[in-house]
Amino acid sequence: MEKKRIGSRVGTLINHYGIYLMFVVLIAASTIISPRFMTYKNLISVSKQISVTAVMSFGMTLLIISGQIDLSMGSTIALSGMVSINAFLATGSYFVAFLVACAVAVLVGYINGHLITTLRLPGFIATMSMDTIARGAVYLYTKGSPIYQIGDYGQVSTTYVGIFPLPVIIMVVVGIICHIILRYTRFGRSLYACGGNIDAAEASGINVGRTKRMAFVVSGLFVGIAAVLQMARLNSGLPDTAEGYHADAIAAAVIGGTSFTGGTGTAIGTIVGAFIIGIISNILNLCGVQSYVQQIVKGTIIVVAVSFDLLGKARKIRKIQK
Amino acid sequence: MEKNYKLEFQNISKAFPGVLALDNVSFGIYPGCVHVIMGENGAGKSTLMKIINGVHEKTEGVMLLDGKSVNFRSPGEAEKHGIGMIYQELKYLPDFTVERYLMLGREPGRLGCINWKQVTAEAKKMLDEAELHYDLKTTLRMLSVSDIQLLEITKVINAEKCDVIIMDEPTSALSNSEVESLFINIEKLKKRGITVIYISHKMDEIFRIADYITVMRDGQHIHTAPASEFTRDSLVTMMVGRAVSDIYPKEALPIGETVLEVKDLNSDFAGLHDINFYARRGEILGLAGLMGAGRTETVRAIFGLDPFTSGEIYVEGKKVSIRTVADASAAGIAMATEDRRRYGLVLCRNIRENISLANLRALSQWGFMRLKREKRETDEIAARLRVKAASTAVKAGTLSGGNQQKVVLCKCLLANPKIIILDEPTRGIDVGAKYEIYHLMTEMAQKGICIIMISSELPEFIGMCDRCYTMYNGRITGELQREEMTQESVMQLIASGQSGAR
Repeated sequence: MEKKRIGSRVGTLINHYGIYLMFVVLIAASTIISPRFMTYKNLISVSKQISVTAVMSFGMTLLIISGQIDLSMGSTIALSGMVSINAFLATGSYFVAFLVACAVAVLVGYINGHLITTLRLPGFIATMSMDTIARGAVYLYTKGSPIYQIGDYGQVSTTYVGIFPLPVIIMVVVGIICHIILRYTRFGRSLYACGGNIDAAEASGINVGRTKRMAFVVSGLFVGIAAVLQMARLNSGLPDTAEGYHADAIAAAVIGGTSFTGGTGTAIGTIVGAFIIGIISNILNLCGVQSYVQQIVKGTIIVVAVSFDLLGKARKIRKIQK
Repeated sequence: MEKNYKLEFQNISKAFPGVLALDNVSFGIYPGCVHVIMGENGAGKSTLMKIINGVHEKTEGVMLLDGKSVNFRSPGEAEKHGIGMIYQELKYLPDFTVERYLMLGREPGRLGCINWKQVTAEAKKMLDEAELHYDLKTTLRMLSVSDIQLLEITKVINAEKCDVIIMDEPTSALSNSEVESLFINIEKLKKRGITVIYISHKMDEIFRIADYITVMRDGQHIHTAPASEFTRDSLVTMMVGRAVSDIYPKEALPIGETVLEVKDLNSDFAGLHDINFYARRGEILGLAGLMGAGRTETVRAIFGLDPFTSGEIYVEGKKVSIRTVADASAAGIAMATEDRRRYGLVLCRNIRENISLANLRALSQWGFMRLKREKRETDEIAARLRVKAASTAVKAGTLSGGNQQKVVLCKCLLANPKIIILDEPTRGIDVGAKYEIYHLMTEMAQKGICIIMISSELPEFIGMCDRCYTMYNGRITGELQREEMTQESVMQLIASGQSGAR
């Protein structure tokens, strides 16, 4: 009896902190495997690499927590990024570049939100269709041709603030905003309630439809920021970029402990999730593993992370039923 | 005559951990007649039915089918012996056609391929035998609940060759005209020599179709006799059978002015007609009725959970417009819903977040939660209601039923409501927690809150209410003061819509 209780306590510990344990173990293992891993240069490069995914996955975290999903993020990045580049070329203002990218992405998110709440389409279908629509729109807008001369746009990616690259700073700021939303605001509470039990949320007087739409709007804001980072990193405007990026965003959130069924998840978990994916790619690169193999490894890790989440839940349900 | 029971029970007992659900039940059912089994909730009717069709196994006793001792271990085995059950909730397959539904699970064919011509032919034969006229290619989506019920019955009799059919409250989902057609069909079944075991609460139905009636109470068999030997009154007395215990912590409190008034509430959505009532400060007002009588539907409409067609709601004399739950909360109405796991709690979040969920506006400023104040207020109220948990940071899903209900009450009380609606506040919680809930209700009433209570447990209902309205078929049919409330008087009104003293 006593033994059993200790066993389940270790179980809950792993459920609660599993992701952080995994993070620490991964860092330790990577340090041992490759001497080049624990260098300032490499760590900064990993952080910079994950910045686009991480910023997107903060948006995805808000959506998944509220019981939703967005499969249109990749195309939205391409669309809002391309519009943003043209706006930058016309005005020369970084502020306008960000503003325009965010405006386009928020608009897409707003439409997604209405498709789901007003027309009551399943989120999966609505955003999947939006992915196609946005991709079509960006090809139409650019007539399918990339823009290679984008002036100083790329400086967003290459500028340093102190010892940190700007994209990393932006990633951290977005993460903090996401954390504040989830932890300290009424909107955050509504998100958790909608995802945790939508009927109860409604019966508690929460405007469920507005909460869902707001989640898409805020997520759209983050996607707009990610779009600028992506185009700046490429140092050119590619209309076919970011294909399937939503998968990485979902992966980071889910590995970070955001439950796919909604109602649980944190911003800190998500950034850790993004780092785990980044570090795994990094260490496989450092060891010279083929990129094809890397994809298999990444997919496997998502499967493992989600099954841990589900196992933990099944155990909890059994406990309640007892 | 003695020996030809179709189905006979001899000293059947069934024990669940801690409860004796059936206690030495013996009676017999004759073939080819409609045998009604009556009793309050928890009388043991359902348990007995589940023993007949093999869901539960009896602990003791003998069950004889055609004079032979039988013991079924699964519904499938019972079906093989000719006992079929029509469940309250029908398996719903909206896109299946009539013929596919009738042949479901027994599709003729070879090597896993279905012979559709044969399906059509056999389904047609089945419908002809039952003298039913449905288009074989219609999908179930196009049919009413009673149609599907009828198909289900046909399927059970003709396809599975059952000659004993158990119907568990079959009319609870039916409209009046649908009930009529069901009764006609039951008559047809009788003519074909099929035995029908029928469970129901509704008096008028029972006297129309029953040949024999068995009354059960507290797991015991009380009486079995031909229907003609019963009267409404004798039935009610037998079903209730015991005095209301005075264990309810009810105090005679001064009742104040009217807080809530509902005028001419009509709802097409929920089938409510001309609901008029009022409730006062410090009063515990009951709404009594059977399942589907409109009790829950009424309070859901008042709380903004369901729309209503017309009607006016006044709180403290002022007319309020209630379209959403937020409107109702703003008007000072709180509600603990019947199904707390579905509508009451977000199980994956902690107690504190659950308590504050209905009061986020009051606990925040410029959209930001005032976390310290939230913690202070939720801790305070959780302590006051004696929620048993290590802290308010514990997940709501890990609590017992009674504690979960207390969290729901905390949530209601945090908003300082004028009116609290409690729909089945003690369902599914243990006895100790029940008394705590009763105490809390009394405390709330002392503070001048108006409580509207719905409960299917009559003793508790009568023990706690100051006054009650009875409902039947979406209408209010009567009003009883505390002195007038007895199990008999309430039961009469809710089971028939008429009072006994006509």
